[in-house]
Amino acid sequence: MAKITYVEHDGTEHAIDVKTGLTVMEGAVKNNIPGIDADCGGACACATCHVYVDGEWLAKTGAKSAMEDSMLDFAENVEPNSRLSCQIKVSDELDGLVVRLPESQH
Amino acid sequence: MSHSDTHVVILGAGHAGGTAAALLRQYGHEGPITLVGEEPIPPYQRPPLSKAWLKGEADAESLALKPLEFYAEHGIDFRPNTRATKLAREAKQVTLSTGEVLTYDFLIIATGARAIKLPVEGAHLDGLLELRTAADAEILKATIGPGKRLAVIGGGYIGLEAAASGRALGAEVVVIEREPRLLARVACEELSTFFLDYHRRHDVTFELGATVAGFEGENGRVTGVKLADGRVIACDAALIGVGAAPNDEIAKEAGLETARGIVVDLEARTADRSIFAIGDVAHRPMPIYDRMFRMESVPNALEQAKQAASAIVGRAPPPGEVPWQWSDQYDLKLQIAGYAFDVDRILLRGDPANAKFAVFHLKGDQIQSVEAINSPPEFMMGKLLIANRKPVDLDKLADPSVSMKEVAA
Repeated sequence: MAKITYVEHDGTEHAIDVKTGLTVMEGAVKNNIPGIDADCGGACACATCHVYVDGEWLAKTGAKSAMEDSMLDFAENVEPNSRLSCQIKVSDELDGLVVRLPESQH
Repeated sequence: MSHSDTHVVILGAGHAGGTAAALLRQYGHEGPITLVGEEPIPPYQRPPLSKAWLKGEADAESLALKPLEFYAEHGIDFRPNTRATKLAREAKQVTLSTGEVLTYDFLIIATGARAIKLPVEGAHLDGLLELRTAADAEILKATIGPGKRLAVIGGGYIGLEAAASGRALGAEVVVIEREPRLLARVACEELSTFFLDYHRRHDVTFELGATVAGFEGENGRVTGVKLADGRVIACDAALIGVGAAPNDEIAKEAGLETARGIVVDLEARTADRSIFAIGDVAHRPMPIYDRMFRMESVPNALEQAKQAASAIVGRAPPPGEVPWQWSDQYDLKLQIAGYAFDVDRILLRGDPANAKFAVFHLKGDQIQSVEAINSPPEFMMGKLLIANRKPVDLDKLADPSVSMKEVAA
C-alpha cells in the first residue's frame, strides 16, 4: 500500500491509498479521480493517463520505455517530468508520491 | 445541474454504462442512479479478455473498472443478473427481468452488442465459443492449452488476438476466414498480408476463402469444423468471431428510431429528450466523416458516456474525438485511428519487414484513417491530422526519414 496524492489541474488534491501492484493510473481510475481518462485501460496505446511526477519522485518511478516515450512525445503539454501513469507500478517505495494532472488529456 | 431527486437509470453495465454512472457522480449529479447489468459482476474492461487476461497477465481485479464497494459508496444502485424487458416511454418506466418497475427521469441505454451466431448445422455443440464477456473468456481459457486445437472462425481483430493468445498458451490454432484475406472488411491488403505472415511465423495455420458449412461433434461436443468444400478441420474448441449486432430491441419496441443501432445525436440523446444511448448499441453522428455509424470501441463508449453524463448534469459537452482502437498480438502493437471511408488511395510508410510501419488511408490529400504497427508517432500525429482535416504532403508522408512532426507542420 502506498499513499499517492493526485493533484487536479485546479489544485484539488486527492490522497489515496493504492494497493501495491496496481499502477498509478489504476489507483486513480478505481477511485474516480477526475482528470485521468485512461481510455485504453493501461495498454500504453493512448496517452490519456498523462501525469507530471513531482521532482523528488522521478528517480523512484523508474525509466520510461521506448513506447511510453514515443507516445508522450506526441501528447499535449508534455514536460520533462511527464509520465504515463499506467506505466508506473505502485510499490511501498512510492509511499508519499505526488502526481499532478494536466489540464486535459487530449 | 441536475436535481437531487433526478433518477438516472442505466441499462447495461458494460464499459459505457459503468463509466456513465461514475462520471455522473464525478460531474456532481446528486440524484439516485440505478445501474442494471445482465452479468453477475460489476463493469469491467473487455479488451484484455482476448489479450493480457487470456494470457494470464491480468486478473479479475485489474479488469474491474471500479471495485465493487465503489457503487455503494457512491450511491449507485448496482443490480447484477438483471436486464430490462420493457420500456414505457410515456410513463418513463422500465420493467426489469425481476418484475420490478423503475421510474426514471433520464434513461441511458448501454446494452451493447452480442456476437453474431452462425446459423449452421451443429451450432448447438459444446465447445463452440464466443468472446464477449468475462464468462466467455473463462470458458475459452479453460478450453485451450497445450495439446488442444482451437479453430478460430473469422479472421478479424478479435479472432487474431485470440489466435495469438492461444499460441501463447500452447494451443494449436487454425483460423478459418470466409474472405480470401484476413481483416478484409477493415484493413488494406498490405496489412492483411503482414498479419498472415506474422501469425504463420508463430505457427498459426489458415484456411482462407473457406466457408463454414457446419460443426461435427461427438457426445455433444465439437470435434471439427465442416467446410463448404467438404473438408473437416479437426478441433477441440471453436471460437466464433464473425461480428456483433446491437442489442437495440427494447428501444425499437418502444418506438425509438434505430438504424444499425439506436439513433442518437452528439449529446448521445435520442429523439426522446429523456433517453440516451451510448456505446456499441448507438448509431451516432461522426462529424469529421459527415455521416452516422455504429462503433464498437472502448474510446467510443467513453466519449458517449461523457456526452450523456454532461448533458444530464448540464455541463459543456466534451470535445469531439477521432475514433480509435488498438490491438495487441505477440509483440505487435497495432493502433488504428479513424475509419477508411471514401478512400481513394493507400500509402505505406515504413517497412513491414521490420514490423514497424503505418498504412495511411487517404481521400485526396486528407488522411481518413491510419493503421500503425509499432509506430506511435504515426498513430498520434495521424489522429491529429484526421481531427483537423488538414491536407498533407504525400511525398513527405511516404518518407519515413521525414518526422511525423514535420509532416504535420
